[in-house]
Amino acid sequence: MRFNTNWLRDWVDSGLGTDELAHRLTMAGLEVDEVAPAAEAFDGVVVAEVVSAGPHPNADRLKVCEVDAGGDRRLQIVCGAPNARVGLKAPLAMVGATLPGGFNIKAAELRGVPSQGMLCSARELGLSEDASGLMELPSDASAGADLRDYLALNDDSIEVDLTPNRGDCLSIRGIARDVAAITGGEFKDHPAVTVDPQIQETLEVNLHGSSDCARYVGRVIQGVDPTAETPLWMQEKLRRCGLRPIKPSVDVTNYVMLELGQPMHAFDRDKLTGPISVRRAVPGETLTLLDGTEASLDEEFLLITDNDRAVALGGLMGGDGTAVGDDTRNLFMEAAWFKPSTIIGRARRVGVHSDAAHRFERGVDPQLQVRAMERATELLLEIVGGQAGPIIEAVESEHLPQAASVTLRASRVNLLMGVPVDRTQVESILTGLGMSSVATDDGWEVTPPSTRFDIEREVDLIEEVARIYGYDQLPEANPGGDLPVVTEPEQLVQLGDAAARLVDLGYCEAITYSFVSPEVLKPMKGGAAEQGFPLANPLSGDMAVMRTSLIPGLLGALVQNQNRQQETVRLFETGVAFPYQGGVVSESMRIAGVAAGSRVSEQWSESRTALDFFDIKGDVESLLALTGLADEFSFARSELAYLHPGQSATVVRGEQVVGWVGALHPAWGETADVRGPVFGFELNFAGLQPSLLPKAEDLSRFPSIRRDLAFDVREDVSWQRMQQIIEETAGNLLTRLVVFDEYKGRGIPEGQKSLAFGMVLQDQNQNLTNEAADGVVEAVVSELTDQLSASLRG
Amino acid sequence: MSELSQLVDDALARIAAAEQPQALEDLRVELLGKSGTITAQLRSLGKLEPEQRKAQGQAINQAKGSIQQALNERREALKKQVLDQQLAAEQVDITLPGRGQEIGSLHPVTRTMNRIVKILAQMGFSVAEGPEIEDDYHNFGALNFPDHHPARAMHDTFYFGDGRLLRTHTSPVQIRVMNETQPPIRIIAPGKVYRSDSDQTHTPMFHQVEGLLVGENVAMTDLKGVLHQFVNAFFEKDLPIRFRPSYFPFTEPSAEVDVQWDKGDGSKPGWLEVLGCGMVHPNVLEAAGVDSERYTGYAWGMGVERFAMLRYGVKDLRQFFENDVRFLRQFSF
Repeated sequence: MRFNTNWLRDWVDSGLGTDELAHRLTMAGLEVDEVAPAAEAFDGVVVAEVVSAGPHPNADRLKVCEVDAGGDRRLQIVCGAPNARVGLKAPLAMVGATLPGGFNIKAAELRGVPSQGMLCSARELGLSEDASGLMELPSDASAGADLRDYLALNDDSIEVDLTPNRGDCLSIRGIARDVAAITGGEFKDHPAVTVDPQIQETLEVNLHGSSDCARYVGRVIQGVDPTAETPLWMQEKLRRCGLRPIKPSVDVTNYVMLELGQPMHAFDRDKLTGPISVRRAVPGETLTLLDGTEASLDEEFLLITDNDRAVALGGLMGGDGTAVGDDTRNLFMEAAWFKPSTIIGRARRVGVHSDAAHRFERGVDPQLQVRAMERATELLLEIVGGQAGPIIEAVESEHLPQAASVTLRASRVNLLMGVPVDRTQVESILTGLGMSSVATDDGWEVTPPSTRFDIEREVDLIEEVARIYGYDQLPEANPGGDLPVVTEPEQLVQLGDAAARLVDLGYCEAITYSFVSPEVLKPMKGGAAEQGFPLANPLSGDMAVMRTSLIPGLLGALVQNQNRQQETVRLFETGVAFPYQGGVVSESMRIAGVAAGSRVSEQWSESRTALDFFDIKGDVESLLALTGLADEFSFARSELAYLHPGQSATVVRGEQVVGWVGALHPAWGETADVRGPVFGFELNFAGLQPSLLPKAEDLSRFPSIRRDLAFDVREDVSWQRMQQIIEETAGNLLTRLVVFDEYKGRGIPEGQKSLAFGMVLQDQNQNLTNEAADGVVEAVVSELTDQLSASLRG
Repeated sequence: MSELSQLVDDALARIAAAEQPQALEDLRVELLGKSGTITAQLRSLGKLEPEQRKAQGQAINQAKGSIQQALNERREALKKQVLDQQLAAEQVDITLPGRGQEIGSLHPVTRTMNRIVKILAQMGFSVAEGPEIEDDYHNFGALNFPDHHPARAMHDTFYFGDGRLLRTHTSPVQIRVMNETQPPIRIIAPGKVYRSDSDQTHTPMFHQVEGLLVGENVAMTDLKGVLHQFVNAFFEKDLPIRFRPSYFPFTEPSAEVDVQWDKGDGSKPGWLEVLGCGMVHPNVLEAAGVDSERYTGYAWGMGVERFAMLRYGVKDLRQFFENDVRFLRQFSF
């Protein structure tokens, strides 16, 4: 809602300057977005009357005018405006004047003829975009008057960003009432006017028991002057409130809407074919609106109809077919009350901007329609003439909102605000807001004015009291109550710990959008028809479905970084993935990473080695190690089609697959436009739970013995399998097992590899003898030979 | 000068002149070895008269002692010399960078979220979580958004075909917690939220931390105190703040909180909105099965990105989701 302070001043005496007023409005919940002067800074501009206008001797397009600038001042002005004519009153910038932008007016010669000032267009004064000719001032403007005074330009426009509960402030009158309550200034409510009918012409209105439109007030006005223009004072008020003047019938409805808050509409009476009715639209019905919008409707929309067609989209906008035109002589005016829920969201649905809908959806005073009609009639008769018929009013009383009283307890005011508030202060705040209250033993029974749609419960009244009392007047208290101790279970891996570990391993944390293009999910989904859980109203195709994995987003980020010349990139993300199978979506907390480029960042002491599977596996093992139960995890060759078949593994805890690690399939990398091989991993965070609570064990005081062994085995024998056999065989004496070499090639038979490992053996309770150690070695050799056909290297 | 002292002087001079450990060892043998010169002197004592023997014996032992000491000292000196040379040869350019993996970085949003959670944990708030795909009831209905209310339009919601939606705020977690627990309740709900809006100052996904405290005799003055303390702790300075009346369906009275922020560019500090808050609406308490007569409470919500931008001087919101490592690495410490 935009309004100007001069107009507000007609309704309330706040005694405040614009800046202070703006501050007080903001602090009372009417947040001020902008304060703008009604006109840019200029001075030395007066009203002047063109007395004569003759041709310029040296220029066809210029005229030499003599103007009356008031008093005895007769000035010669050279002017190029097409509308410079005798009798015209227009703004004159006198010699010495300063125009917007700091432009100074000096005495000058134009093509050899002296000019003592400049006649101005509205644009030159910063008052509108109109530069087609001189700004035409009313004929009764007195020559010599300062234009700023004449147009009351020492005025400011204030834009308040109203919250949806404050529809009552979408008018000068509504804001004035709040300002009165806030500042203690006097609310100068203008008395309702009555215009006696001069003709008996009416039009039947049928509401058919509608709850959508519980009051419809109409009036016929005959014989208006189609050539009349909106007076400058009204144009200026509309402009300063952010509306563009159009034509008198429209301007008057807008003016009344701004002044009182009642949206109105003017029809061309002669284009209406008969009685007015309201009804819901039928699916498929269309209506061309005033702004040219072709609205396709359904039963959610309310229509105003005449005898045979829809003439307006109720509460939103009039129809094009019955609009007031340049030759309209008879008007039918409408002021109705529409139920907010019937209007909400409809303007958005048909894609129109409607000041009327904006008000109706927040709630218009149901008692206002007749008063608004009378006020509009008064203004119209003054501006366009004509004769008014009687007020036509159709009401469905049972569907009008009823004023209900709300109980307010003084004790509750004090409890919620946290300070004791004087009862008389509460009463004066309520009265200031136009609420009537009856005192009771412990408080009041309060009835809000019909303009307020947001007072339903006691707390709503307490907010009103607190708002006017001033939130800034409330002291700050220390947090009270029993202070609970916030504990984190130690046997759960915290997301933050996992993140910190990856950061230490060189990964940067990324945050990518939870919705992605179905295209980027395809490589992971194969030919499956359903990709991700689709949004019904995505912002774009790139954000159309919920991600089923964090990898596609990370891959996108990786590519972006490669495109910005980053060669070595490691990214990770923690977040929810939305697996979608069989039409069912679920949420799964994941931790995932992608890496490409070198093993370590480029440095003088390390050769540049490309990342490989074991780098990324090591990173994953670091994460698994957070559980303290690394032994519970195993790696199985992965059969996921989107991974490199030879360099990828599923990560298994017990029987449960908790994720995967490995090289992405090159075909996927190609689709994603990524350069070079990419490695990645994705783990279900739940798979890392629970973790072990560290338990200190006694340290052996006895020395350990290390034995190194090397075996030739078939290439397809995994270390994991060998490890299992060694551990089972060596039993408790084995305190450490490390594989320190894998070798294929010269000296090893075709189809075989050599694996070398060291076993550290130690006894908890006694010195381990060489004989005992030899026994373990012999047993291990024998088991590996038997079970894996491994042969001990000499 | 006696023969002995001549011998000692001579020996000391040769010891001092020895340059190699081996030469020194040779000298020791020559002087103090079984057939060394000094040893020979000691042997010759037997030929002396008894009264001379004692004095001469002392003299020889003294000579032996000083030679031994000179040998030891010279040996130590030579050893040190060798070590010094070796160390000198091992010198490296200590200005070359150290070896290791470049450390990664936590995302600034995570960093900010962690900071917020940590401060509030100290004030006794524990973390609660909920799903990101919500139903209308938890996101709107239970939070006192009437059907078709304009407040819903303010939330630019992403919907799914089955009527569910992406939560537009983390407030549904309030409802889930209150459904399961009776007061006193003191929680925060950090997480991702979604609104279908994308321009320079809006991203369709962002992060919020929502706070909720419900108990007996909880008042607006408590809310003001907690939030001011939080803001001061977060920014590590005493910032002027103000509470402005506002509107949220789920709180009444409602407020927005502005901090007075000095942009550091010489302009006058202006008021900057950082969070929304209010006293929990009794409709919300009742919908969640909490006695709204006995208990009152407050709730607030704040945008994590907004706090991160202010704290770290990030100028463009969209940078948070571009994941440019040149941006991310600025938060690696």
